[in-house]
Order: sequence, then structure tokens, then C-alpha cells
Amino acid sequence: MESLDLEKMSVRDINQYLHKTLPGTDVTELEIINPTGEHNIAVGMDTECTIDVRGHAGYYLGGMNKKANITVHGNVGNGVAENMMSGSVHVKGFASASAGATGHGGTLVIDGDTGLRCGISMKGIDIVVGGSIGNFSGFMAQAGRMVVCGDAGEGLGDSLYEAVIYVKGTIKSLGADAQLEPMTETDHKALKELLDFAGFDHDPKEFKRVASAKQLYNWNADANQEY
Amino acid sequence: MSKHQHLEESVGFSSKTRDYIQRASSTGLYEIRGIGAKRALPSFDDLVFLAGSASRYPLEGYREKCSTKTVLGTRFAKNPIVLDTPITVAGMSFGALSANVKESLGMAATNMGTSTTTGDGGMTPEERNSSKTLVYQCLPSRYGFNPDDVRRADAIELVIGQGAKPGGGGMLLGQKVNARVAGMRTLPQGVDQRSACRHPDWTGPDDLAIKIAELRELTDWEKPIYIKIGATRVYHDVKLAVHAGADVIVVDGMQGGTAATQTVFIEHVGIPTLAALRQAVEALEDMDMFGTVQLIVSGGIRSGADVAKALAMGADAVAIGQGMMISLGCNSETYIKDGEHHSAEADYAALGTKAGFCHHCHTGKCPTGVTTQDPILEQRIEPKVGAKHVTNYIKTLTMELTTVARACGKSNVHHLEREDLVALTIESAAMAKLPLAGTSWIPGVTENK
Repeated sequence: MESLDLEKMSVRDINQYLHKTLPGTDVTELEIINPTGEHNIAVGMDTECTIDVRGHAGYYLGGMNKKANITVHGNVGNGVAENMMSGSVHVKGFASASAGATGHGGTLVIDGDTGLRCGISMKGIDIVVGGSIGNFSGFMAQAGRMVVCGDAGEGLGDSLYEAVIYVKGTIKSLGADAQLEPMTETDHKALKELLDFAGFDHDPKEFKRVASAKQLYNWNADANQEY
Repeated sequence: MSKHQHLEESVGFSSKTRDYIQRASSTGLYEIRGIGAKRALPSFDDLVFLAGSASRYPLEGYREKCSTKTVLGTRFAKNPIVLDTPITVAGMSFGALSANVKESLGMAATNMGTSTTTGDGGMTPEERNSSKTLVYQCLPSRYGFNPDDVRRADAIELVIGQGAKPGGGGMLLGQKVNARVAGMRTLPQGVDQRSACRHPDWTGPDDLAIKIAELRELTDWEKPIYIKIGATRVYHDVKLAVHAGADVIVVDGMQGGTAATQTVFIEHVGIPTLAALRQAVEALEDMDMFGTVQLIVSGGIRSGADVAKALAMGADAVAIGQGMMISLGCNSETYIKDGEHHSAEADYAALGTKAGFCHHCHTGKCPTGVTTQDPILEQRIEPKVGAKHVTNYIKTLTMELTTVARACGKSNVHHLEREDLVALTIESAAMAKLPLAGTSWIPGVTENK
């Protein structure tokens, strides 16, 4: 395993190694040690490999990731795996705001809780949260699936498009145009696969499904201030 | 009946105002339209140049060289943008504009050695392939935003606001969201697309600094990072953008255009480009960053004279949107197909408007094929013909710019300076902080002499 030490290298040096040097090697397993909350670690990965970040990281860990499977043995700041395209990011601790924001693909797993706006504007990513999520999560979520094993805060799924949210615990309130829908066998199957991938042992039948009522897809006067 | 009886319309409740009220009462929805502010505003028209005479030598207008080379992004980026003219193409989306129009703009920008810019909705292969220098916008919606296109771009423009609607998000009505547009934006076809007004993964200038650092890490510090702001509290916003690490700041004044937004935004939010530019320059000067961070100004730039005035006031370059559209045929009575002019009057009439008055970009039924996704209407712009017109437009503006610069004695358009300008009205003198013509009076700055 290749070890990169953030006490001896800068974030810029490490990212340039990951972008430019790594693809020409046969290294497939790496660890980054002493992250000490640095921002922008392993941003813009485009190589199939596993990366273990041993400690806490700051903003945008694994931002715009493609192909890499990144595990953080600690907590992360804002925007973990933002705009991820493929691969996976697994946070063993807690995540701050905007986790998985605008992600197009891949899977984000957070063992603990997340802050505000988890999955905001998500575009196809799958997000599985072992704990609870903050207010305004799933805002304008366009595609993909979000699983919440704990509770959800205020305004869940406001102005949803085609994304689907599964919640096991309580939902403080739904956002505009979000609605509870019956779970189907397809939902149970999809949920089981996501929970298994994340390593969480929950019964899919205990989850609720939140999706768009699609009443705000086109302007209408009766929607008043819902837009 | 008295022969002196006359009809007097209320100024406060004019026919325009009554139409507005009656429209609101019948629909329960605000008006959405395209194009920019239609009201009269203080503008570059209110400034004039003091050219060379006995006290200043002009250069020979047709013989002596006048450089238009423009370099943007010298602060941190390894590969700054080098342009042959300071006139760039502003960000406009595929979705608002057709693929043919985006290709036309890219071809013209390449012909003239300048840059073009993507918009809300991502980068199309047509515009990347046709554009030598392409600026890739990162907007709150992040529609179609992906790391491959970031790396394919020559610069990244983080859009915080737009002059036509600062504080508001993008908008694309369902009739323009066809299968291709919907696919690029990961949206259902035909949905009225509303973009967020705030970025999803950062709030405030301290976060913005980290976001910029992320984009630099993604691109290995190679590409310039622009920050675009809609003109409101420009002085403070420019300072925060500099603090956050911008290479280039784009200030978009309220005369800037849009493909669709609420009329109340277009006419009542933001400040004129003239005032915005002066505030932006002051902010850079106060931070000792003038010349280190480059400044692009946009919003109602139309002519070579406007460009020259913007540069004299301190801009490094301008970005033009509506002017480019008009050069392609927006609001023309005819469109060109197979080398022939064809009347578009019936199509304007179907929209309830006429050439010269049209602002129906939001409908997707553009009579001249500029702002449409309709498969028939979009054929009214042929990329090679469109590119020729836009090339001619940029060429003309560049020649006008150098003409004025030479007359002011400058061998480089970037040597134009505030001292070359005076204002024709008290309002413009106060906004631009330039002396009123024939006096040394700058309202709010000097005593009236």
C-alpha cells in the first residue's frame, strides 16, 4: 500500500500525484495519513483505486470523484463527494453540510449523522446515511436515491424532481411538493441492495418513501408561494 | 360640450401600468420574459472622450499600431487566457440558445481570437469543438457540470449572480426543455426548470475560498478562475471575490440580458453597469489589486464606443450577450436561409409582437431562430452564416475601439484611462465619478466650480 503523509506533502502535491503520477503506476491501494482536517483531499480522482484517509478531513473530500473508492476513518466537513460521478466515498464518522451535493453517480455512505442540505440537487448519486440528516436535505434533488436510517429534519425533499428518499425514523416536515408514497416491492429490493452495500442491518419494510408530487413541474397560479 | 375638453391619461396609472395590473388580475402569475431592462438608465452613452489635440498627441488612425491583446487570469493560474481582443462572448446556455447558435458563437470567437462562455446547462460538443478558448460556467444548479468538462475548459467561471436577476436563479420554461436539454440537465422533459439562486455546497466568502481551491486542485492550478457577480453591492462583493482568490472578476450590470426571468427582476433589481464598473475598480484599487485581478464588465455593452469607455474606466475586457444575439438576427424582420432573406413577420405576429419589440425568448418560439430548441426554427441560424455575422460584429467593435484609442493617443487599448473621459449628465458624472463635461466638477467628490 502506498502511503501519502499530509505532514510531509501538501494537499496540492498529493492531488497532483493522484491525478498525474498514479495512473502510470500499478498502485491500486493508497492511504493518506495525518489529514488533520485539510480541505480538498483527493479531489478530482479519475483512477480505479482504493484510498483510506486515516483521520478527519475538511471540505470537499472526494469532490467530483470518478472511479475511486475512498474511505474516511474520521469525520468530514462540507460537501463530501460533491458532484461525484462514479466510485464510492464511505465516511466512517459524521459529515457536515451538503454531503453528496449535485452528485451524478456512485455511492456515498455516511455511518454517522449529516448536517444541512444532504443530497441537495443530487443528479443520480446514491446516498446512504446511517444516522440522521439535517434540515432542507434533498432540496431540488433531481435523480438518485437517498436512504436515511435515522431521522430527517425540516423541509425534506423540497421541490423534488425524480429523486427518491427513504427514511426509517421521523420526518420533522416535508418540503414543498414532497409527499409520502407507499413502498413497493421494487422499493424494498432497491433499499435492501443499498443497505447491504453500506453494511447496515435494517429491515427495508420499516422505511417510508418520499417522492415528488409533481405539482410544481409547470407554473400554475394555484401553487401560490410554493415555488 | 366645451371645445377645450381633453383626454388626460394618468401618469401613475398609464396604459402600461393598467395592462400590468389587469394581466396580474387575470392570471395570478407574474410576467416572465427575456431580453434585458427596457427602461432608460444612465449608461456609457452619457460619457464622451476627450481625444488628442494640442495638449495630447493622437496616433495616426489608419497606420500606427494599437494593440488589443488581452491577458486574463494572471494572478494564480499557470495558463492565463490570452486573447486578441478584449471583446468576449458572455455566458449563455445551450437550452436558452440552440446548438447552432452556440456553434456560431464559438466559431466567431475563434475567428476573432477571443473567448466564448457556456451557460446553465453544461457544455455541448458543438461549442467545445468550435471554440478555441472556452470559459466553463459553474452555476448554482450545476446542470451538466462534470470534472471532464472542467478539464476540457480553458477557464472556469463561478457564477454568483447575473445582472438581469441578481439574487435570482435561472429559468427555462418547459417548451424549451426538449429531450437533449433535459438529458444534459438530468430533468424530466417539458418541466419548467427553476434553478437555485445559491450554490449548493458553499455559503459565504470563506466557503467560497475553499470552493475555488477545490476547482484549482481539480485542474492542478492550470486554469484561471473567474467569479461573476450580478451588480448590486459591487464594492463589497468585488473585495470578497478577491479575498476568496479569484483570478478574474466579471461584473454584470442591470442592463444584462436573460433568456427568461420575472420582469420585476429585470426592471427593478440591480444597478446600472456604469455605476457597477466604477465601484468594482475602486474596490480593486483600494485592495491594491488593480491589474493583478483582471476585471470583465458586461451588461448592455453594444458598440466599440462602449468597449472603449469600459476600458478607460478600468475594465480589462467586456463580455457581450444581447449584442451577439442581435448580430445573429434577434429582433430582425427577416432570417437568412439558403442565402435568401425570409420574412419572420408572421411568427412575430403569432407571439403578439413585432420585430424590434420581441422579448419572447422564454417561449422558445424565436422568429429568427436564436433562442429556440424548436427543430424547424433553429434551422433559421446556419452556423457558418451566424458565425460570419458575429465575427463581423466583433471585428467592427474592435476597429471602433482602436479608432477611439488612437484618437486619444494610445498605442494599446488598455492604456485608455479615466482622464480620457467626461460625463454629459450629473447622474452619470456621479455614478462614474468623472467630471461633468466642461467643468472639473465630480458630484460627491469635488466642489462645484
